Amino acid sequence: MSSLLEVDGVSVSFDGFRAINNLSFNIGDAELRAVIGPNGAGKTTFMDIVTGKTRPDEGRVLWGEPPRSLLKMNEAQIARAGIGRKFQRPTVFEDQSVADNLTMALKNNRSPFAVLGWRPSSSSDERVQELAAEVGLADQTGRKAGELSHGQKQWLEIGMLLAQEPRLLLVDEPAAGMTLAEREQTTTLLRRLAETRAVVVVEHDMDFVRRLDCKVTVLHQGSVLAEGSLDHVTRNPDVIEVYLGR
Amino acid sequence: MQRKPFILQNPSTLIVLAGLAVFTVAVTALSQAYGTGALPTSMVKVLGKTLCLALAAVAMDLVWGYLGILSLGQMAFFALGGYMIGQWLMYARTEAIVAASMANNAIPPTPLELQEGVANQIFGVVGSADLPLVWSFAHSLPLQMLLVLAVPGLLALVFGWLAFRSRVNGVYLSILTQAMTLALALWLFQNDSGFRGNNGLSGLQNIPGLDTVSQARLSVWFLWASAVALGLGYLLAAWVVSGKFGSVIRAIRDDETRVRFLGYPVEGFKLVVFTLAAMITAIAGALYYPQAGIINPAELAPIASIYLAVWVAIGGRGRLYGAVIGAVVVSLLSSWFTGGRAPDLSLPFYTIKWVDWWLVALGLSFVLVTLFAPRGIAGLFDWLGRAVSPRRQGRDLGPDHGALQEQEAKA
Repeated sequence: MSSLLEVDGVSVSFDGFRAINNLSFNIGDAELRAVIGPNGAGKTTFMDIVTGKTRPDEGRVLWGEPPRSLLKMNEAQIARAGIGRKFQRPTVFEDQSVADNLTMALKNNRSPFAVLGWRPSSSSDERVQELAAEVGLADQTGRKAGELSHGQKQWLEIGMLLAQEPRLLLVDEPAAGMTLAEREQTTTLLRRLAETRAVVVVEHDMDFVRRLDCKVTVLHQGSVLAEGSLDHVTRNPDVIEVYLGR
Repeated sequence: MQRKPFILQNPSTLIVLAGLAVFTVAVTALSQAYGTGALPTSMVKVLGKTLCLALAAVAMDLVWGYLGILSLGQMAFFALGGYMIGQWLMYARTEAIVAASMANNAIPPTPLELQEGVANQIFGVVGSADLPLVWSFAHSLPLQMLLVLAVPGLLALVFGWLAFRSRVNGVYLSILTQAMTLALALWLFQNDSGFRGNNGLSGLQNIPGLDTVSQARLSVWFLWASAVALGLGYLLAAWVVSGKFGSVIRAIRDDETRVRFLGYPVEGFKLVVFTLAAMITAIAGALYYPQAGIINPAELAPIASIYLAVWVAIGGRGRLYGAVIGAVVVSLLSSWFTGGRAPDLSLPFYTIKWVDWWLVALGLSFVLVTLFAPRGIAGLFDWLGRAVSPRRQGRDLGPDHGALQEQEAKA
């Protein structure tokens, strides 16, 4: 399997604290992966490194085919290269309508002058409607995003990520604050998305991870402790000790 | 989906432009040169200058209300625009005077002698007789007009590039913009900066080549020019903030980090808006100072830029018409109260003299608006709009899940 993202021997410390310690991680095209680990294991820092928010002290991060280093790119360039990120807290632009939020995320030329000249067309309208329908907001496109419920905002944000058409989707605790029904919908959606692109889900909730039914990477103190199916890693004595045994 | 033309999507733009046209026609009809003469020429000049300030406020609203950068250095661009046009005004007029006085000489003056004469006249006050390098283009109106856009634009571009690239944000950025305007003012105050130090440039109300035209006429001409500039500037700003570009810059205002993760080059967008606003402000300044007649480095004092922010806040930031209303209302009120014509307010224990107390009142109203009416005067229109047509779409008619929604019931 060719790898889409390759993280190799990456370390980063904050004020002497090693948040990520010689971490290596691979993910292929069209793969669903769950990343679990106790608090402070470095899950969010890992995402920050991949999306360009944090620069590692050493190691390399390669992306795509032929491999390019992500370390020289800024957040916007990485996003344009095809890495989308869903934050834990839903971050949508509350002052703007659902349609405006989605339109902004549509895959298009992002340079200021191209955006200045961009005007909506019937195909862009259709695409926005399609995306809104996909995340269950078809009849809410005219509403301000700030009026939506918490769950709907999460969905809108997922819709915006879909509009970006990323090749890799990083999802931070998608199930947080969702009802049981919403969680099931989210699982289904994530699994469907993983058919056409790579999806990395960072999650605390073991039930949710079980439902995703995918390969699991366990992080501990900034490096990979175990990797494999959920049943495989939960039988690993190290994992039991640091994470599940508590 | 059928799309309405730009102007119908933004009815407020049409209203502002219509209001501006009515205002211009009314002032013309009341002017001494073209109408009944009810409005003295000095008042026409005040109104023309107010239109220029409104244009600067529109640009401030782009930067602050839409992009979220509280720039406290906008008047630097305004004054630079004034200085650039002032250079030509002063040079060309002095040249005409010097040429006239030398015409009686036995030997006609050479171009070099003429230039020396001009330099002597302009820079005598600062003890110099050489034409500084920065006056190289002062003889040419088209070149100086180009500089009106180029100098402030370039300053904004370089300043913005340095500041935005380092991701300086919020109050730190405001302080930086204020430092910029203060530094520029201090530099201009020096005699050897080449802009006549604290004397500034004067006599700008006399337009070279138009000596036979009375000030009464000129004031109306400048009012027209200011109205056209405000109209075009307003249209441009309304076009910029409509559509996806407007969406993106408002998104940058609300959550810059998220916009980055959407793949937009945030710094590029900031730079475009900041530079565009600087150039619009410079045009406003270039039209303002010929009406004011004089420009000196005090015009760049940080307080001037803070006034601009106060006008936009009171008018309502995030709405272009709010900026126009704020600038017009507050600056006219300011000149009325500080002009000594406002009647004193006699309280039993104290008499409020507005000349002294106006600033206090303005500061107080700024605080009150910020606390209780963050949308400013423009918020009144929202309130009126809601009172006329309450928002109904999407609200359930009844408590049941299957109940009709209001828009379904209407059909």
